[in-house]
Amino acid sequence: MKKQKEKICTIIALIILFILVYFAQNRLDAYKIRILNLGAIYVTLGVSLNLIYGFTGQFSLGHAGFMAIGAYVTALLVLPPYYKEVSFILEPLIWPFTVIHAPFIIALFLSGLFAALVGFLIGLPVLRLKGDYLGIATLGFAEIIRVIANNLPHITNGALGIKGIPEFTNLWWTIGVAVVTIYIIKGLINSSYGRALMAIRENEIAAEVIGINLTNNKVMSFTISAFFAGVAGGLFACLLTTIDPKAFMFVMTFNILAVVVLGGLGSITGTVIAAFLYNIFLEYLRPIEAGFNLGPVHFPPIPGLRMVSFSILLLVLILYKQRGLLGGIEFTWGGFFRFCNKLFSNKKSTEGSAS
Amino acid sequence: MLKVENLNVFYGGIHALKGVTFQVPKCKITTLIGANGAGKSTTLRAICSLVKSQVGRITFQDKNITNIPTDDIVKMGVAMVPEGRKIFPNLSVKENLDLGAFTREDKAEIARDLKWIYELFPRLKERLWQKGGTLSGGEQQMLAVARGLMSRPKLLMLDEPSLGLAPLLVKDIIEVIQKICQEGITILLVEQNAFAALKISDYAYVLETGCLVLTGSGEDLLNDAKVKKAYLGE
Repeated sequence: MKKQKEKICTIIALIILFILVYFAQNRLDAYKIRILNLGAIYVTLGVSLNLIYGFTGQFSLGHAGFMAIGAYVTALLVLPPYYKEVSFILEPLIWPFTVIHAPFIIALFLSGLFAALVGFLIGLPVLRLKGDYLGIATLGFAEIIRVIANNLPHITNGALGIKGIPEFTNLWWTIGVAVVTIYIIKGLINSSYGRALMAIRENEIAAEVIGINLTNNKVMSFTISAFFAGVAGGLFACLLTTIDPKAFMFVMTFNILAVVVLGGLGSITGTVIAAFLYNIFLEYLRPIEAGFNLGPVHFPPIPGLRMVSFSILLLVLILYKQRGLLGGIEFTWGGFFRFCNKLFSNKKSTEGSAS
Repeated sequence: MLKVENLNVFYGGIHALKGVTFQVPKCKITTLIGANGAGKSTTLRAICSLVKSQVGRITFQDKNITNIPTDDIVKMGVAMVPEGRKIFPNLSVKENLDLGAFTREDKAEIARDLKWIYELFPRLKERLWQKGGTLSGGEQQMLAVARGLMSRPKLLMLDEPSLGLAPLLVKDIIEVIQKICQEGITILLVEQNAFAALKISDYAYVLETGCLVLTGSGEDLLNDAKVKKAYLGE
């Protein structure tokens, strides 16, 4: 009964989201839509990183690498063949990339699959490492991917990157993918498999002695995480319409990591909120760089001031909320209704005391 | 039930266990005692393959389990309660217990075992929705033992269950171990608290720097002059 009620609530929420996306896509200007698109892509990226870092406890810094793989796969698949001929000027594109062409949805799916395959192959040896060492190894992997992209001109067009990718990505795609990602990862977390992942995060030895196979579960989690990072990479490519190796530097991983830590490790709700806040905030801080007046003091335009002030904001937040915005708390319908009830009864009691 | 023959374990260059041979008979309590660094914990870790570099032969119910993956050993019915209460601190008591039954799928049986656990540890039932990390030391140890039992093991290995507990709680734990054994679960106990452990054990082995030096029933060892001097402080 309770479950059914929650299901109805979820469907209603999805319909509201659907209507909101419809209005956003048709009414908002391109700039705002762009920010929302980025936010939704960060949701997908953040939730997938949260699976491996927040839930499985494996410190992975390879997300930019998986994204890059996804972005290149999608770009090569959706670019029309005649266009490929003209844009690969350093070295001609080699067969079979010259002829293959796929619709956007299939390209996205293949991007995920390919990223997952690479994630699986990398994960097998690398996931034996723990903590910081794993972080360094995965970071190294992401850099390797970037260097390879830079030096394979007959597939990636080298440092020039791939331009003129059709702009397929819109809010329907980004929000849709984000919703599907949340749905799948949430289901995973609530299954016994998800419990095993959390057990690994909590204590590896204890997890092992209750019969959880550490390697299998870690590699599985890493592979799934890589899949969604790859899909997000594909969306990213078709949003920017141009990709080059520089887009997938460590800063990219850092952004995703910041979103996950800000939202709270192990909280999908937190990641979703943080992903949008992060992108909206970064944009709203832009005017600072143009120079401004604070009372009588005039601040000259300083490029980069936006990131400095953003870093300070991050520092303050982490100082006062060590466990992130939500600190591992998850949104549930039960909790939502309790919160509403409390809000309502509080209002009542204050009204009562006032009269 | 469990046979360990000529077990050698190496940690890098260190020869931690030097040809240890012993048996754990069915439905009895067997204890390994010894000073720090004698190799007691290493023996337990080797039995469930947490330590991979081992030479020798370990058989459980006449099946060779030397160096096979830990999860397979757990599925065969060997449970270990690791040293130092390695519970899952951010998961609730209930989730900790459910995870103990991770390798099982028989829901009805699991529910029955949960009931038994609640009888054995009434305190855990009171704290079912509390996070594991917020329990007291004694309760955490109880939870660790309970989690081990949730896999319905044939052999339960306990690594220093009395570590850091008040004397009264040690008595509780020891009593619980006896109760578990009465249910037909074989116990292999590793203890520093030699007196308490020897009193309840049917068989006991004394380990010294990686070698077995003494064997006998719990009572024999309690009365043994050497054991008295070295471990009981008389």
